[in-house]
Amino acid sequence: MKKASGLSERTSDIILIVICTAVLLLVAYPLYYVVVASFSDPYEVYAGKTFLFPSGFTLDGYKAVFLNDGIVSGFLNSVKYTVIGTVFSVVMLYITAYPMAQRDLPGRKALSIFFLITMYFGGGLVPTYLVVKQTHLVGSMWALFLPGGVAVGNMIIVRNYFQNSIPRDLVEAAQIDGCSKFRTFVSVVIPLSMPILAVMVVFSMVAYWNDWFTALIYLGGKGSPLPLVMRNILIKSSATASQASTISGGYAELNKLTELLKFCSMIVAALPMLIVYPFVQKYFEKGFMAGAVKG
Amino acid sequence: MARTNPGNPAAVIRPGKPLSRRIKDNWQMYLLLLIPVVLTLIYKYIPMYGIQIAFRDFKASQGYTGSDWVGLYWFKRFFSSPTCLRMIKNTVLISLYSLLWSFPIPIILSLMINQLRHNRFKRVVQTVLYAPHFISVMVVCGMLRIFLSPSGGLINLIFGTSIDFLTESSAFRTIYIASGIWQDAGWGCIIYLATLANVDPGLYEAAKVDGASVFQRIKNIDLPELLPMAVLNLIMAAGGLMNVGFEKVWLLQTDLNKATSDVIAVYVYQQGIEHAKYSYSTAVGLFNTVVNIALLLIVNKIASKASDVEFV
Repeated sequence: MKKASGLSERTSDIILIVICTAVLLLVAYPLYYVVVASFSDPYEVYAGKTFLFPSGFTLDGYKAVFLNDGIVSGFLNSVKYTVIGTVFSVVMLYITAYPMAQRDLPGRKALSIFFLITMYFGGGLVPTYLVVKQTHLVGSMWALFLPGGVAVGNMIIVRNYFQNSIPRDLVEAAQIDGCSKFRTFVSVVIPLSMPILAVMVVFSMVAYWNDWFTALIYLGGKGSPLPLVMRNILIKSSATASQASTISGGYAELNKLTELLKFCSMIVAALPMLIVYPFVQKYFEKGFMAGAVKG
Repeated sequence: MARTNPGNPAAVIRPGKPLSRRIKDNWQMYLLLLIPVVLTLIYKYIPMYGIQIAFRDFKASQGYTGSDWVGLYWFKRFFSSPTCLRMIKNTVLISLYSLLWSFPIPIILSLMINQLRHNRFKRVVQTVLYAPHFISVMVVCGMLRIFLSPSGGLINLIFGTSIDFLTESSAFRTIYIASGIWQDAGWGCIIYLATLANVDPGLYEAAKVDGASVFQRIKNIDLPELLPMAVLNLIMAAGGLMNVGFEKVWLLQTDLNKATSDVIAVYVYQQGIEHAKYSYSTAVGLFNTVVNIALLLIVNKIASKASDVEFV
């Protein structure tokens, strides 16, 4: 065995761990800071006293979140859109991807191109808006689901998964036993596709939970999802704590609560997805890899 | 890999069936495809047909084809508007700098993560790096607004300054790009990590026996393995060069940073949805799309010459 040139294994391992830890802290710290601030007195936060631990511990912010009608209804709307949207999108993905995975499907290539074109070229904002309007979806929650109904990028990942990761023997055995293609889909392919299903469910959930632009355009202010409600809290109100502190009495208290509400609402909006994704994390790489191999 | 396998009897027999039989075999498949195809036709293809309003003076009452044909009027108007050049420049610069920074970082990160031998630590690093990707742009911009606030914002606290970053047009691109890296660089690693996970461990063993250092192994085994995927990502990114996301710019834009934050996407939204200037907004959007597609084709051509990857 030749002697390793340059750094020894041990040294390079240590350097690597140090760099990775630094990156880790850099990514995690802003989130940690928001968590700490959401439990702290905003004046202490803006005075720089909460770098590591809460100062002037309080739960007022979270109380305010639950008493704030806008946030509560926004949260409920988001839950509704996320549940319905995810079910709809995943069903669409599956009923598109499975036929597209049939090698003997006449017209498969043309259909493939039909879907692929929409990945690279589209009508743009206004022409799409006009169609949504003409189909009477403006103001209805279906405007959030139908126009983006077939997510072509994800559909290709699922299709490739069907082609490459479902054992063909099983599919053929089912068909020899007299299962129709649809029956095979329901009783063989779907049960064997749980990893990619989990990934797609999470992707859809995240997309619907975090979306506000579609809601901004199509909902016309009715039934706003949580992020859109938060826009009024986070972006529009810009009175800072230092300005508030110059005003005495109840108004200062109100401003304090406004600032606290910013931190707490961000936690409420971010937490659900941050809890969900680690459960399917182990499938991300596998799913992507199976999906990336061309079939 | 999984192309027609000569050893597989089904793959040999099936193409031999007559077309009518194959269509009959697949009737359920066509039925499944019915809804997706109809949805795509209505919400993707009809809007494409609707692009013609960019060349017309669209009036809702007269419909797409009934409205007066005005040729390139709207395009001329866009090119002669005072902020046109500024918007094009801002759009291109924001994406170009974003690309320069956010393309290499996931590659470097994944090369490092892949070398981590402590599996538990590796998993923790991955989990944390993926986290920001799952947070709404709205929350990220809320955080940015608070962190960058002149009074008590985290950044000013750390540096002991009181700069109002969001009113400084010179800071906008840095804010946009840095926050973008924070949010998505970790997520961008996935596809590279997945590629690296498929490298034959025997290669590493052999390299170790030959006395290759970590850096030599990265350079000679990992990097060549990542190259095709990296080129693919670069092509995709280049094709989206004019696609500066509307959301973040709109949420971070202030009257004072417009010199660098004024981009085409925001203009398309303002003109089209806020002011209901349908034809004009469509024309501006179309210009953007055409430039994008041209870029995609050019980069694809260059990349397919440079390596064996062809994408479009």
